[in-house]
Amino acid sequence: MSEVSALPNGWQLVVGLEVHVELATKTKMFSASANRFGDEPNTNIDPVTLGLPGALPVLNKHAIELAMRIGLALNCKVQPCTFHRKNYFYPDLPKAYQITQYDHPLNVDGFLMLPGDVRIGVERAHLEEDTGKSTHFGGSSGRIHGSDYSLIDFNRAGVPLVEIVSRPDIRTSEQARQYVAELRSILLAVGASDAKMEEGSMRCDVNVSVHKPDTPFGTRCEIKNVNSIRSVGRAIDYEARRQVDLIEGGGTIRQETRHWDDATGRTETLRTKEDADDYRYFLEPDLVPLVPDQSWIDAVRSALPKLPAARRQTLAELCGVDKDGESALVVVERGQDGYVAAVVAAGGDPRRAVIYVQQAFAEQGANPKVPAKDLAALTILERDSKVTSTQAKTLLTDLIEAGGGDVATMASKRGFEALDTSAVEAMVDAAIAAEPGAWQKYCSGEEKALGALVGAIMKASKGKADGKVITALLQAKRP
Amino acid sequence: MQKIVDIVAGVTSGSLTASAVVEEHLARIKAREGEIHAFNLVTADQARADAEKIDADVRAGKKVGALAGVPIALKDNMCTRGVETTCSSKILQGWKPPYDATVVTKLRDAGAVFVGKTNLDEFAMGSSTENSAFGPTKNPLDTSRVPGGSSGGSAAAVSAGFAAASLGSDTGGSIRQPAALCGVVGVKPTYGTVSRYGLVAFASSLDQIGPFTSDVRDAATLLEVISGHDPMDSTSIPQDATSLVSVLDHGVAGMRIGRVTDLPDGCEPDVLERLEAAFDALRKAGATIVDVKLPSIQYCLTAYYLIAPAEASSNLARYDGVRYGNRVDAADLNAMYAATREAGFGEEVKRRIMLGTYALSAGYYDAYYGKALKVRRLISDDFARAYEKTDVILTPTSPSVAFKFGSKTDNPLAMYLCDVFTIPTNLAGHPAMSVPFGTGADNMPVGVQVLATTLGEQAMFKVAAELERSL
Repeated sequence: MSEVSALPNGWQLVVGLEVHVELATKTKMFSASANRFGDEPNTNIDPVTLGLPGALPVLNKHAIELAMRIGLALNCKVQPCTFHRKNYFYPDLPKAYQITQYDHPLNVDGFLMLPGDVRIGVERAHLEEDTGKSTHFGGSSGRIHGSDYSLIDFNRAGVPLVEIVSRPDIRTSEQARQYVAELRSILLAVGASDAKMEEGSMRCDVNVSVHKPDTPFGTRCEIKNVNSIRSVGRAIDYEARRQVDLIEGGGTIRQETRHWDDATGRTETLRTKEDADDYRYFLEPDLVPLVPDQSWIDAVRSALPKLPAARRQTLAELCGVDKDGESALVVVERGQDGYVAAVVAAGGDPRRAVIYVQQAFAEQGANPKVPAKDLAALTILERDSKVTSTQAKTLLTDLIEAGGGDVATMASKRGFEALDTSAVEAMVDAAIAAEPGAWQKYCSGEEKALGALVGAIMKASKGKADGKVITALLQAKRP
Repeated sequence: MQKIVDIVAGVTSGSLTASAVVEEHLARIKAREGEIHAFNLVTADQARADAEKIDADVRAGKKVGALAGVPIALKDNMCTRGVETTCSSKILQGWKPPYDATVVTKLRDAGAVFVGKTNLDEFAMGSSTENSAFGPTKNPLDTSRVPGGSSGGSAAAVSAGFAAASLGSDTGGSIRQPAALCGVVGVKPTYGTVSRYGLVAFASSLDQIGPFTSDVRDAATLLEVISGHDPMDSTSIPQDATSLVSVLDHGVAGMRIGRVTDLPDGCEPDVLERLEAAFDALRKAGATIVDVKLPSIQYCLTAYYLIAPAEASSNLARYDGVRYGNRVDAADLNAMYAATREAGFGEEVKRRIMLGTYALSAGYYDAYYGKALKVRRLISDDFARAYEKTDVILTPTSPSVAFKFGSKTDNPLAMYLCDVFTIPTNLAGHPAMSVPFGTGADNMPVGVQVLATTLGEQAMFKVAAELERSL
C-alpha cells in the first residue's frame, strides 16, 4: 500500500475521526417539524425547535431505529442509554443546551474494516440533535469575526444526528479517506442518511497527532470545516506535517481546535483548550432512559441489508477479483453487483463480466438496461476468442447504446471476427521472420520492441488478431 | 364565595349563568385587586366572551364540560396562546406565546373561564412573591403580610374570591406554602401526573402544576380534569387521571397517619399546636398515629438548593435575547448576552443561576450536584421505609404563618427555610397537599400538610377531606 502521507524521520501519524450524520427521518429528533433540506428558512419550526419557554422534547422513534441500524452495521453493542444536556451559549443553539448522549450512549464498541483487512475501532455512535444554521454577513471571510450581522435558520435545529466516534486507530491519510468512504457507503446501504458532505448531512471532524513508535501518543489537535473526502486527506497531510515541523523546530503542540481552510490548504487556530467551554453535562431531566428491548434490536439486526464489505467479498469470490480492488469497490458502490451476479448466472464469464461493468456502466445505475443474458453472451464471445478484446469493447458500447441485442448478429454486422490461435501464430512467426532486428531487440530484453511488433501484426491482420493473444505468443516464443 | 361543584351544577342546569358568575368575580377583582395585586393581567373581556359562549352552548342544549363556567386564574408561568406570559420577569415582559400549555387546553375544553394571569416570584423562585419584577402580591387576609410564594398571586386570587380556583406550580413548595399562608387548599400531585408541557421550566425534575381551591372537593375535581398522560411531556406517567372525588367521603377509619419524629427545628409553636390538633382529629375519626423517621430530611434543603438552581441555570439559559423576549443591544454577541440578562433578570434569579452553574461546573460537579443527587435517593429510600408502616404522613406546611413584607428579604437563607417541610416531597416526586386547619399567631391561617407516596393521591385526599370535615 502506498504510504501517501509517510512522515519523515520515523514520525508516525495517529488519527481519530468524529463523523456527524443527519438521519433520514421525516421529522426532527424531539419534535414533529419536518426534517427537510432546502426549504425556505424558518418554516420547519415549532415551540420545541425554538426552545420556547415551556417546550419539552419527545423522542423520535424512527431516529432511534436508524441509529440502531448504524450501530449494528458497525458491529456495536446496542445498550440501555440516557440523554444529557451539553450547555453552552450560541445563537444557533435555541435552548442554550444540546440534548446529546454522554456516559451511556446507545451504541458502543464496534469496528469498521478497511481494505487490506485493517480494523478501525468505533468507540461509540450516539444520538443527538443538530443546531440551527448561522450565516454571517458583511465580513470578508463569511465567518462571525468581522461580520456586520448574522441571520439564523432554525430549520436544521433539532434534526436528528448520530455522532460516530472512531478509536485513534487510523495511521495514514489514505486510511482516513477510506474510513469516511466506507462509512458513507454503509450509511447509504442501511438507509440511515443520504450522507452528502456537500449538503452537510455528513460532517467530519479530524483529530490528528504524531509520535515516534513505542512512545505515548502526542498531543492532538481537532480540525473542523473538513467538507469533503478529499479534504480529509489533505487536512491530515498538512496538519501532520505542521506538527512534525513544529516539534522538530523545538516547539510543542498546543491542544486546540483548528479550522481547515480548503482554499489555502492550511489549518489555523480556532480556539485553544483554555478558551474551551465547560459544558456542565448533566442528565436530561425532561427525558427518561431509553431501553430498547431485545426483540426490537434483533428485528433491526435481521432487517439489515447485506453490507458493502460483504457484497464486495461475494463479488470477489464470484469473479476472481480482489475484494479490496478497484473493480469490486466501484461495482458495489454503484449497486451493480447484483447485476454482475445475474450476468454470471446467465452463463457469462465472471471476470469479464465485472470488468465490463466496471469500465462501461458508470452511467447505468443499479439496474442497467442491457439484459444480463446479452452481456453474458458478449463475455463468452471474447472468452472464446470469437472477437478480439478491442472488438469486444466496441460491441460493448453498441450494446449499451442499443440497450441490449444479439451480440453475435451485431459482431457479424460489423464484420468482426477473431482469427483463431493457430492463424495468429502463423502471423507471429511471419513477423519474427520479417523483422529480425525488432525481434533481436526484444529477445535481448528491450520490452519496448514488443509493442512495435504487436502493433505491426495487428495492423497486418486488419484487427482480426487479438492483441493479447499476439503478446502471449511472442512472450512464449522468446528464448 | 362559590364552589366549583355548585357553579358547574348551576350553569349546566341553567339555574345560573356563567356570565353572572364571571361578573361576580370580576366585581371582586375590581374592588380589591388594586390593593392585592394578585394579577399581572386580568383578562376581563376574554372571560366575558368565554362565559357568554358557555351560556350559549347551554341554551342550545349542547354538552358542556366538567368545569363549565368556572372562573379560573392561571399562574403567569403557564403559556397561554396570544396572551402575555411573563413569569413576572422583565425579560419576558410583553411576550405572547404562540401556543397553550396542555393544562390550559384541558381547562378550556372543560369549559373553564379564564379571568387572568397571576403574579409570582420571578421564574417561580421564591417563597413570598416579593421577587416579582412587577411588585409583590399582598395577603388578602392581612395586606401587610406576604401571601407566600412562588404562586402567591394564585393563592391570593382564590383567597380573595377573584377566582373560584387557580393553578399554580410547585417545585419546592410553591403551591402548598402560599396555600397555607392564604388559608386555601393547595395540592402538588405526584410528579408526572399533570403535564408540564407549556409550564415555563424552573427545575424540570421537580416542577409540577397543581390546583388552589377553597375546599378539598374542588381540589379533587380540578385535579381530575388536569391530570392524565400527555404525549407532549416525556416525563408524563402513562396513565389516566385517578378518580379522587369518589373517595372523599370514605373517612379515615383504619388508616395509619405518620408523625415524623425527626422533623427539622424551626417550626413556630402556633403551627405545631395546629398540627397536634390535626392528629387528634384524625385519631378521633378512627385513624392510628404511627411514628416514622426520615433521617435524611435534614439534608433536603441543601440538596434542593443545589439541584433546583442547577437545573434552573440550564433552563434559563435560553433567555438570551436572540429569538424572543427583551434584548439589550450591545457591540458584540457576548456583550449582548450579558447586557440582556443583566437587565432582564432580578437578584434572586441571578443568584440561583450562579449557584446552579457553579454546582455543575467542572471540578465541582461531584462534590455538589453529584452529592445532592445521592441525597435525593436517600430521602426517597427513607420515605419508602416510612410508607411501609403508614398510609400518609402529616407535617406542618410552613414553619410559620404569613410573615411581614421585608422580614426575610435581607437573608436569602432565611427565606429558603420557608420550604423546609415541603421540599422533601418534590425531591421524592411524591404528592402532598396543604389543608387549612384553623388559625395561629395574629389570627392568620395555618395549613397542615398531608403527604402520600407515589400515586397515593386517594389516601391523601381521604385524610384531607376528614381534616376539613373535622373543623
